[in-house]
This record gives sequence, C-alpha cells and structure tokens, in this order.
Amino acid sequence: MERAPILQVKDLDVKFNLRGRQLHAIRGVSLNLYKGESLAIVGESGSGKSVFVKTFMGLLDSNGWVDNGHILYNGEDLVSYTTERQWLQVRGREIAMVLQDPMTSLNPLKTIGAQIIEAIELHQDLHGEKARQEMLSILTDVGITEPERRAKQYPHEFSGGMRQRVVIAIAVACRPQILICDEPTTALDVTIQAQILKLIRNLKEKYELTTIYITHDLGVVANVADRIAVMYAGDIVEIGLCEEVFYDPKHPYTWALLSSLPQLGVKGEPLYSIHGTPPNLFYEVKGDAFAPRNPQALKIDFEKRPPYFEVSLTHKARTWLLDPRAPKIDPPEAVRKLATEGVKGYE
Amino acid sequence: MNEKREILLSVKNMDVCFGKRRNRFKAVNNVSFDIYKGETFGLVGESGSGKTTIGRAIIRINPTTAGDVIFKGEKINGKISKELDRKVTRQIQMIFQDPMASLNERAKVDYIVSEGLYSGARLSDAERKAKVEKALMEVGLLPEFASRFPHEFSGGQRQRIGVARALIMQPEFIIADEPISALDVSIRAQVLNLLSELQKERGLTYLFISHDLSVMRFICDRIAVIHKGVLVELAETEKLFAHPLHPYTRALLSAIPLPDPAREKNKVLEVYDPTRHNYSIDKPEWVEVEEDHMVWANGAELAEYREMLKK
Repeated sequence: MERAPILQVKDLDVKFNLRGRQLHAIRGVSLNLYKGESLAIVGESGSGKSVFVKTFMGLLDSNGWVDNGHILYNGEDLVSYTTERQWLQVRGREIAMVLQDPMTSLNPLKTIGAQIIEAIELHQDLHGEKARQEMLSILTDVGITEPERRAKQYPHEFSGGMRQRVVIAIAVACRPQILICDEPTTALDVTIQAQILKLIRNLKEKYELTTIYITHDLGVVANVADRIAVMYAGDIVEIGLCEEVFYDPKHPYTWALLSSLPQLGVKGEPLYSIHGTPPNLFYEVKGDAFAPRNPQALKIDFEKRPPYFEVSLTHKARTWLLDPRAPKIDPPEAVRKLATEGVKGYE
Repeated sequence: MNEKREILLSVKNMDVCFGKRRNRFKAVNNVSFDIYKGETFGLVGESGSGKTTIGRAIIRINPTTAGDVIFKGEKINGKISKELDRKVTRQIQMIFQDPMASLNERAKVDYIVSEGLYSGARLSDAERKAKVEKALMEVGLLPEFASRFPHEFSGGQRQRIGVARALIMQPEFIIADEPISALDVSIRAQVLNLLSELQKERGLTYLFISHDLSVMRFICDRIAVIHKGVLVELAETEKLFAHPLHPYTRALLSAIPLPDPAREKNKVLEVYDPTRHNYSIDKPEWVEVEEDHMVWANGAELAEYREMLKK
C-alpha cells in the first residue's frame, strides 16, 4: 500500500494557556494521512482528538497555540500560517469539517439553499443559475428529496438527520480534499446514524475525499475506518489498520477501551472498567501516560516514555510491552474473544 | 425466572397528551406493560418516541390523560391522596441523563443528596449527615465529598452523586433515564457496574430508558421497543435479539453499530417504512404472540409473525 501522504503531521505540540497555567494538550504527535483513506481518531473526551484536527484548519481557541512541530500540506507548512487570509485558502476549500451538532452549525436566519450557494460561490467560483443548479445537484447527492422545495426552507423545518445532511452538503460544496467529521452522528438516533455514515461513505467515493472521523464510539469506527488512531492524554498510543487495532491490539489502553464495551461483557458479571481518571495535562506526564490506570504496568512505564514499536508495516504502538525484553502479558479475555468470535450481532 | 413473579408496577392503556385543542399531541398512545420486582426493564426508542414521557408519567411529573399506573397494587396516577403521593415520591426515584445539568450548581453535595429527606419526617442534622455519608460510600465516593460543589467532580463522579441522591430515599423502584449516555466509554462501565451491584444488594427494580441497544442488551432482563408513542414489541432481551418480529424492531437492531469491523462493514441495514402497515380496516392490538413476547399487530400481521416464529 504505497500511497503518498496528503497531509503530514510531525512532532506536533499544542499548548493552552489557562488562568496562567500551561496545559500541554497535544504531546508530540506525528501522523501521515494518505490520499483516499478513511482514518478514525478514537479517544475519550479530553484526549485531545478534536484539538488535534483543529490545528489543521487553524481553528484553535485564542488561548492555544502550536508550540512545536509541522503540518505539511501541499508542500506548505500550515504551522507557519499567521493570517486569516492564508487560512482561508485552506479552510473549506482544501479541508472541510462537519461538526457534531447540526442544530448549532447552520444559520437559522438563512434558507438552506442560500447557505449552500454561499459555499459554492466562494469555493467553486460559480454564480447565478449555475450555482443554483450545482446546489440542487448537491442536495440530491446528500439524499434530500424534492431539492427545489427544500432549498427554500429554513433549518428549523428540517429534522436532525436532515440538518446533518445539509451540513454535509455545505462541506462537500467546497469541493475539499480532506473532510473532517467530528462526532458526525453522536447527536443522532441509531437508525439515522447508520444512514448518515453510509452517506458520507458514498460521498467519499464520488468526490474522492480523504476522510478523518473523530469519535468515541467504537461501533462507528468499525463501520467507517480503514485505519484507526487511538489517542490518550494528547498522544497517539496506537495506530494501525482497522482489523489490526480491533483484532490484534497491543496497547493496554486499547485493551481497556475494547474490554469495557458492553457488547463484549458477560451478562450478570461486572463489566471491565478502567479505574481512575486520565492524567492532568497541566503537569508534565512522566513515562507512559496510561501507566497509573493500568494494573499490569511495568516499572519502566512510570519512568520512561515508550517509543513506537512496529508490529507490522501499518501497525505501531507506544508501549513497553512490545520491547523484546518485556515480560509477556496477554491481552484480556474479552479482547481475545473479539478476535476469535467477534461480537454478538442479531439473528 | 419461571417461578411466579411479583408485579411491582403495572401500566395499563396509558395515554399522555400535551397541548390543548388544536395543538393537542398524543405523546404516549395506549401503552401497557408490567414490571416485575427485582428486574431491569428496558424501554428503548428514538428521540421523540415518548420513552422519557412514560418515565415521567410514572413518577407523576407529567399527568396521564387516560389509563392506570398501578404501583404495588395501588393506583398512583391522576388524583391521589397526599399520603400516597408522599409514599410514591419516596419509593420511586429517578436518575437523569446529564450529570452536568441535573445537579444544582449552587448547592453542596451534602444538600443535593439529602434534599429528598427534607420532605418527610424531620431528621436531626446528625442523622441526616450520617445518611448522606452512607449514601456516598455506597456509590463509591468519599464522605468528605459532601462539602464540595458539583463542578469539582468529573462526569462519572457526578453521575454517582445522582445515584446517591436517589438511593438515600431507600426506593424500591428507580427510573434511570439515559443514565450513561453522556459519559465516556470507560466511565460508562463503572456506572453500569454500580447500578447492577446496587440492584443485587438491595433488590432494586429498574426502569432503564435508553436509545443504546447494546448497553440495554447487557443490563436489561426484558426490553420494550417504543416507536412514536406506541409500544411495538416487548420480550425478554435475548428473545428480542434472536427473534425480532416487528419491522421497526428489526430496523433498530440492524442499525446498532457493532465494534467488530468484519461484521460492521458487511452489515445490511433494514429500513422501516411505517406505510407498510395497512391498519385501515384490520385494527392493530397489543397482543401476546408467544409466551412473554408482546407485539403491536393486526390479525394478518400476527399470523405472519407466528409463521416467522415457527421457522
């Protein structure tokens, strides 16, 4: 799978200033995003997954900054961008984003047709009737029936799932290279969620998009991802192909995350749960950030930060367990069960 | 499970309407079910299906328009005596979805947890404090936390405070309305375990309201599926997953995201089209299709479902 990376992140550090203290939100993350792939970033709230992708679009809050590292896109380093004008060349046009809550990401005072045309005029340089035709064809693409009539309506006349379709239409109307979906279906019902995920996948094919999904729902990840990056405490602790991360995970945090899924629990017995809370990123993390919550942590986990160990060409994890000198610790039973039997579906 | 089960709560032909005259909207339509003592009964549906309204109608927050709610043999909806009302508020407690919004920001944990106690017989301060400490310990928090404010806690800890607040009243029946939906994956497991531990220790009965079927499969004994205010199917959990009959149940089950790429990437989505039912002449009813398996169907559909079960 020799593919050219479309976006390269190198040793990225992001910090925030909060009431005079510094919070180290992203701690030296490197990532290659390949053209045409679908990458899922998984992590709990506060793990830095949203902050990480926001740096690609220059959307960090004003108290945050990239402290170190590079983001290479089209031969340019996005970290060096300082003015809004430079960012406007990237935002929407190159990298577009679909946010979690469709209730808040649309303008309630404009018809949805006008909101989509706005994006088309800005990014595709089409105007008048041409722009209108394009808008109607995009609305059809995102599965909105009767586009002529619906385009004249306002966001409040749409249901949650339909609004998310409109948001996706606006993102696609910019003809971006990369589409970032930040928890695209968390606010939606399960049946609608499945439809929206399918829609994004179809659009990805049609418009040859590269997609990044940010989510905490491992079910969604299994559905959409080619590759998975697991984030914990501002760092990618494991990254690999979808099957590798689900069926052959190496990092204890990935193990813990998978084991605490109710789908893998045995009824009547307690479900595996991770003790404690994630580390406070106001303080420098020593060693493996997950070590304090890992009952099987090694001594070295508390002292030295593990490097990445390669499991295969596509799969690597930041854990000392992969060091040849480490004792052999088997993944928990639930994780092994997932690899051999899979989860119970229905019927 | 086969010994005679005691019915703790029974809902019979309940309707809940909102609004007046032209704006009248029937949020819950002719809903009937029984909840047995000591079980976890799940109510699953999409947003707007009326699942929360049912919970709120049972605990007397929303008035019912028709039908009966019978708790331990007594009718508790509509006009009831003051004593009964007090008894109901003590014995039925609720746990809410969002631990960020459901705790009073300006009150200390001590007050939040013990607020319910103020309504009954007056306790001395020392007695009250002792009860708060005990409740906090039971949900895995430290007694010292009583003097802190809600914002000092993480989401999981707050939800524990919400559970402690329900427990202090020594209820028999707890309505948990999406208790873990707002929590992170790793914290969810902690709260789920806490709920089932408490159930074992105290023989609690839960009404668990959620949209997340994978969580429900893990925790519930029986599940009822609700669609647009109408219960469409009710069965034992594994029975429901093995033989879903109503097309809406099937659509819902097929849409659950499974954390298993091999299955998930090849899954077939079933789409529910409500127009498939022809109820113009043959009216649907809430009928038992096999033992402990209820479904909303008319005569023709019932025959079809029975046929499906034979296979």
